[in-house]
Amino acid sequence: MDVGNPLVNILIFGAFVVVTLVVVVRVSRGPRQAGDFYHGGRAFTGRQNGIAIAGDYLSAASFLGIAGAVAVYGYDGLLYSIGFLVAWLVALLLVAEPLRNTGKYTMADVLSFRMRQRPVRTAAAVSTLAVSFFYLLAQMAGAGGLVALLLGVQDQLGQSLVIAVVGALMIVYVLVGGMKGTTWVQIIKAVLLIVGAGLMTVWVLVLNNGNLSSLLDRAARDHPEGDRILGPMLQYGASDASKLGFISLAIALVLGAAGLPHVLMRFYTVPSAREARRSVTWAIGLIGAFYLFTLILGFGAAYLVGVDEILAAPGGANSAAPALAYELGGTLLLGVIAAVAFATILAVVAGLTITAAASFAHDVYNGVIKRGTASPEREVRVARITAVVVGLVSIVGGVLANGQNVAFLVSLAFAIAASANLPSILFSLYWRRFSTRGCVWSIYGGLLSALVLIAFSPVVTGSETAMFPGLDVAWFPLANPALVSVPVGFLLGWLGTVTSDDADQARATEMEVRSLTGAGAER
Amino acid sequence: MSRTPDLPSAPAPAPDPGTARREPAAEDWQRVRESAEFTGLRRRFRRFAFPMTAAFLLWYLLYVLLSTYAEDLMATPVLGRLNVGIVLGLGQFVTTFLLTWLYVRHADRNLDPAAAALRAELEGRA
Repeated sequence: MDVGNPLVNILIFGAFVVVTLVVVVRVSRGPRQAGDFYHGGRAFTGRQNGIAIAGDYLSAASFLGIAGAVAVYGYDGLLYSIGFLVAWLVALLLVAEPLRNTGKYTMADVLSFRMRQRPVRTAAAVSTLAVSFFYLLAQMAGAGGLVALLLGVQDQLGQSLVIAVVGALMIVYVLVGGMKGTTWVQIIKAVLLIVGAGLMTVWVLVLNNGNLSSLLDRAARDHPEGDRILGPMLQYGASDASKLGFISLAIALVLGAAGLPHVLMRFYTVPSAREARRSVTWAIGLIGAFYLFTLILGFGAAYLVGVDEILAAPGGANSAAPALAYELGGTLLLGVIAAVAFATILAVVAGLTITAAASFAHDVYNGVIKRGTASPEREVRVARITAVVVGLVSIVGGVLANGQNVAFLVSLAFAIAASANLPSILFSLYWRRFSTRGCVWSIYGGLLSALVLIAFSPVVTGSETAMFPGLDVAWFPLANPALVSVPVGFLLGWLGTVTSDDADQARATEMEVRSLTGAGAER
Repeated sequence: MSRTPDLPSAPAPAPDPGTARREPAAEDWQRVRESAEFTGLRRRFRRFAFPMTAAFLLWYLLYVLLSTYAEDLMATPVLGRLNVGIVLGLGQFVTTFLLTWLYVRHADRNLDPAAAALRAELEGRA
């Protein structure tokens, strides 16, 4: 398959890098306080933050992955995007506002509000780093495939080099711009991505006279699976275990988003709970619209490009959206979409790096090691050093994970977030008795059960498509652990609480009033 | 038990004379928590958020289960090539947008004014 002109792709991406670097440098001028590195001065409006959340959330996996899944599997690709979208209602109704009102920089601020600091902060930091690591790995692994597809770089060394360049650029963004610069990169990227995908959607719809039924008809007529792509279970229906695995995945998706640390941290960049609510509203509107676009794009790619053509391209199903761009608008549109896809990886990785750095510096270094005595300046210095380390780790991880299934790695991050983070967040916001032991058991229990079940699932060993196909130690039949590990997280949170009694009544009262009124929250 | 009460953070912004805030004391939190205004606010919030969360999760779960175990029903055409499954799937988008709009309206009307009044009282600038 022809993938346009690599030079054009690189030039457009280069232009994006230059523009965003200028923006990052400009917005990071002026007086700064230590906390600005984490929350960008809390000066973003709900709309700006909502667009940035969309930029953070619409990662390469959801852009390239879902459009590709719709093109190849039809209906089952839609299932993926619905889970990703509905999940935001958990954030809107239960998490965003009270979190903004009770925390400062990190998820651990909320969890440890009325608990013993060190054990809770340690646990929260461990799960934050675990979720961020898998999410990072997914993005960087995706970068390799994208390079192969869009720049025509086929050899391992060349791909590794490009991954290193992406990682180095990201470190620059984070160090120079902090949360403020990163947020602006995400805003610019989100606008480009949504406008670009929207344009292609309108184009496909015009080709079908605005008739969705005719689009589906054409997609099904040319598809090797025919009408089966219009109904469910083409991708997940192979066996009872794969069906149950899909239900497990659906649970991970719907409960995971509100437990993703890099998403939670975004709620601290706005001045009030009301603006946090506005953020989620904007995010839901943009993300929902975008997933509707990917549905049209996927079916459009299925008949305009052809499924066999897509699967034969470097990058496989992930190439559906870029290939459709080339089909519609030639070299230039492909260049734009390619640049946007790169920008997506860059922006998401930058957001994850800040989250991991904040969690380490604020929770582990200051909260646990220094017991809260480190000066803000010192803490931020540690955060910056951590950001560089995380950047280097993600480059190495990206090179090693190059070629791994991106969608799987992302679903893993969601499963851990849903099992380890969401139960403790909900309990600590809405259950007055919730104790330190309950919190720690819930986090470690959810995290460990998720990791262990993944390690012994058919995704890692024991099947032809596994990570280590030569090995077989799989005893857990489902591809996703959430069906078991989420209940484990909730159950251990309950069990740890009813077997201990360290609830700090005064702090619990303060947290309850703060979470609903926003009194005393930093602005 | 080692409690670090509150981690030191960025220095507080210089107090603006018009909106100078004070840090509420333990008795203040307790008093507000027991006030009718606060319990009313909490009730109005929970009566909306909890049942709505249950409702959308059940609706989502129903859709997932139908897609998994009622393939033939979901593949039944209703409008041209649009089948039950795709219509219900688009319905998930619609209900998500609708619920978002309803919650924002509820919060703007029934939660924000009470929260702002309590906040002003606690921070001592009523």
